[in-house]
Amino acid sequence: MGKRLGAGVLVLLGLMWLSVGAEAGEPIRIGAILSVTGPASFLGAPEARTLEMVVEEQNKKGGVLGRKIELIVKDSGASPEKAFSFAKQLIEEDKVFAIIGPSTSGETMKIKSVAEVGKTILLSCAAAEVIVNPVAKYVFKTPQKDSDAAVKIFQQMKMMNISKIGALSSNTGFGQAGEAQIMKLAPEHGITVLANEVYDKAASDLTAEVTKVKAAGVEAILNWSIEPAQAIVIKNARQIGFKGPIFQSHGFGNIKYVEVAGEAAEGVLFPAGRLLVADGLPNTNPQKALLIKYKKDYESKYKEEASTFGGHAYDAFIILVKAIEKAGKADKEAVRATIEQLSGVVGTGGVFNFSATDHNGLNVDAFEMLTVRKGKFVPLAN
Amino acid sequence: MRGRYLPVAAFAGLIVAIQMATHFTGSGYHLTQLTMSAYYSLLAIGLCLLVGYAGQISIGHAGFFAIGGYLSALLTTHDLSAHKGTALMWLAKAGVLSSRTGLYGGDLLTVHPWAACLVAIVATVGVAYAVGGPVLKLKGHYLAMATLGFGTIVYRIVLGSALVGGADGLSEVPPFSLLPGLEVSSRASLRVQNYYLAWGLVIGGMMLLLNLIHSRTGRALSAIHGAEDAADAMGIPTARYKLNTFVLSAAYAGLAGVLLTHFNGGIGPSEASIMKSVRYVAIVAIGGMANLWGALLMSLLLNYLSLRGYFGTYDDAVFGGILILIMLFAPEGLLRRQLFGELRNLFSRDVAEEAP
Amino acid sequence: MGLNSDLFFQYVVAGITYGTIYAVVAIGFNIIYNATGIINFAQGEFVMLGGMTAVTLSRFLPLPVAILGAVAVTTVIGAVVEILFIRWLRGPSVLRMIIITIGVSILVREVALHVWGESIRALPYFTGTSVTSIKMGNVYISPQVLWVVGISAVAVVALSAFFNYTMLGRQMRACAANRDAARLCGISAKNMVTLSFMLSAGIGALGGCIVSPITYVQYDSGTPLAIKGFTVAILGGLGNSAAAVGAGMILGILESFSIWVLPAAYKEVISISLLLLILFIRPSGIFGSAEASRLKEF
Repeated sequence: MGKRLGAGVLVLLGLMWLSVGAEAGEPIRIGAILSVTGPASFLGAPEARTLEMVVEEQNKKGGVLGRKIELIVKDSGASPEKAFSFAKQLIEEDKVFAIIGPSTSGETMKIKSVAEVGKTILLSCAAAEVIVNPVAKYVFKTPQKDSDAAVKIFQQMKMMNISKIGALSSNTGFGQAGEAQIMKLAPEHGITVLANEVYDKAASDLTAEVTKVKAAGVEAILNWSIEPAQAIVIKNARQIGFKGPIFQSHGFGNIKYVEVAGEAAEGVLFPAGRLLVADGLPNTNPQKALLIKYKKDYESKYKEEASTFGGHAYDAFIILVKAIEKAGKADKEAVRATIEQLSGVVGTGGVFNFSATDHNGLNVDAFEMLTVRKGKFVPLAN
Repeated sequence: MRGRYLPVAAFAGLIVAIQMATHFTGSGYHLTQLTMSAYYSLLAIGLCLLVGYAGQISIGHAGFFAIGGYLSALLTTHDLSAHKGTALMWLAKAGVLSSRTGLYGGDLLTVHPWAACLVAIVATVGVAYAVGGPVLKLKGHYLAMATLGFGTIVYRIVLGSALVGGADGLSEVPPFSLLPGLEVSSRASLRVQNYYLAWGLVIGGMMLLLNLIHSRTGRALSAIHGAEDAADAMGIPTARYKLNTFVLSAAYAGLAGVLLTHFNGGIGPSEASIMKSVRYVAIVAIGGMANLWGALLMSLLLNYLSLRGYFGTYDDAVFGGILILIMLFAPEGLLRRQLFGELRNLFSRDVAEEAP
Repeated sequence: MGLNSDLFFQYVVAGITYGTIYAVVAIGFNIIYNATGIINFAQGEFVMLGGMTAVTLSRFLPLPVAILGAVAVTTVIGAVVEILFIRWLRGPSVLRMIIITIGVSILVREVALHVWGESIRALPYFTGTSVTSIKMGNVYISPQVLWVVGISAVAVVALSAFFNYTMLGRQMRACAANRDAARLCGISAKNMVTLSFMLSAGIGALGGCIVSPITYVQYDSGTPLAIKGFTVAILGGLGNSAAAVGAGMILGILESFSIWVLPAAYKEVISISLLLLILFIRPSGIFGSAEASRLKEF
């Protein structure tokens, strides 16, 4: 018995010795908590790839303030306990300067107070409004506001004289946050929601749900999800003969969803950042150059199409770098305050303008209304 | 009698040694993951009693953890200020409610953590009694499926209910204040206290289980595990023993849920997922089915490593791989009782040494 | 809102769609269970592998060839799984078997993640596209659903014929009924087990291919299907493939109509509650007999 315990102690001490890790010397340490694998991997994996790519590029340019950037990526697998544990680890042990991520709202909410108490800047890639409302001094987020996406959609519907819609949302944080915004904002824009269904993100067929919505006599369907299952809704809706317009949320910004939905995706309308239609933008658009560069770099390095999800991590990084450069020193409080003063920062999601009360920096202009033509994303020409 | 507690003392020594080591190397932050491990280990040893000693498969135990955690989280975060004028105020008079300021200002009126904890444990035990009765009548694959079904229902309920935050779960759960200056929370200043609190609880729970195993109950459980019909024929009330073991292991899981939720400051639906339940069973299997110490040590090690991200993106693969390897090559687990006997045989030329 | 006959039949069609998908997975479970007494928790992964492999192959092979190729590859994987992990176990306990197959399921899933990445894929529709649908009265059916039902029916009939009329099939049944007696007759029990895994993997892969155009396939889309699949297998009575088809239809239709009364988010609770109900009341399944439900030994 004693031998067993003795061996155990040695093993544990050995492991701890190994993981005590590098000293915090010259490089600026940035931590990233992302769902690289697991149920949110379609978010976290592109985000992780983007970060690695953009950190490498920055380091080639000499880093920030002459110091190289050291990126520590932790795969949380969309598990809040792991996100919590990694946040503690990154802040207390690795003593990172800032944390980028997590990929999902549930995880972000769990570590919001950890970052605040630990006085470490957190730039979340998750969309929920509650991340920045109420405002926590150190917590920011880069994805656009759900409410702005909903407003953009409703404005489009008004232009198309649609007033009766059916809402379908997935049972994830993104879906539910969207559903809340839909129900809150629809009446303000003269839209009535006749049917409201929540579907499971792992469903294999959603004909019954879509049938119920169609039967309510809706003029258009609004499908709010960030998960692959949204493609099934589109297919099923067309298959049961629904002819009205189908609107999606900005969670549709991944060409793979269009591929899976096939013909059914033709004509789907959704608001998105301009990354997806960068080539077609007028040269006067402030985002065009950056978007084209990001797309080119990502696609040549990783041999897959860039999605708006990876862009959130990109924006987080450039905001951080700009703030450090503007503050002139890698001091957490100073950089934090500087972020709040940043304005006109061009990113993939839009042009950011921060303030002490706005820790997101984007408004409804960040969105462009897009549609699908022949399997490609194109801007909607009104 | 004294011999039985020697391993307990040795383990306590190990816990202290680890803490001293982190203190002297200035790496106190390890204590956070070690404390989280402790709470998962509380569940593991309870599950070991059920699966290893009583021989009842349960691949839904994360459900009990979630019931405990979610109930305490819900009660301590749900703001009752709106009910200030109503009959609910007799609860306040009974000292059950507590007023506090939320994380971002604003007054909150919520249930006191002690009361919430009590409600959570009672509820967990209640559900275990209700579910255990019919479920434990089943055997083999059917029992596994039933427990899987139970775990899935709990997962679906917490995932689908807006009241408990849906997919985002509950956060901003307040610390659990035990004594002035001592609270269950992850604050860096209270790391050492929380560490000893958690492991002290686990050691206490361990002693309870050790006593149980070496008592008549333990022998009855062995009999049931070995040959249930024979045990029945001998007059052992098998159904009652199985149910009580099930409920006890559920209580351990529920308590672990309550305390870890206060430590983390939140809980999400992933704590109720089937993958979690499978992990718990994997840890019990790896430690040696009927080996409380094995389950405890493996839980400490594997949870600690996993929470530190040691396995990177291969976390699930590692668990799957370990599961297969252990089941193929060492079905009695890695730290089984015969292990040292076998190792001794391997290295000595003595013939037929008996296992300790 | 009243349930008029059009809506009713549309729900029925939806129910049949789900039901057939579940039934195909359940049949896979039953084949292995019959031969070995094991419930193979990795069955869902065979379905996923079939779909994924077909998508990869279809990039440079015509669709029918790609599907056959995917089925063949997955069948081989089934054999490999059995040989590596199951073959040389001696009298394992039920718990051990459950844990091993869960471990295999996790491992296959993680390997698939690292081979194919996390992105979703789908096969093209066999006939038509994602918008074509056949209109019968006011009810719409996608032609793919007809393919799913049709191919599944053919597969069930072929399996039946195999087990009843071929030498190999009868040997497998003999093994399932009484292993020792079968061995005395010269039937190699070990090979029968391997064969059962191969058949199961093949059926699962076929199911994955025909269903993938309707849904999509991703490295972790196997597990939810597996859970539904063995719910249906137990509902119909473990080991009884024809019953699995019936039970699949029943569950599919129940889930489909549940949308009308329950919030869709609780649809999953229906299948689990049904499972628990059957386990508590009649574990031998709706169509099973108490005698057949005595657990088989490995």
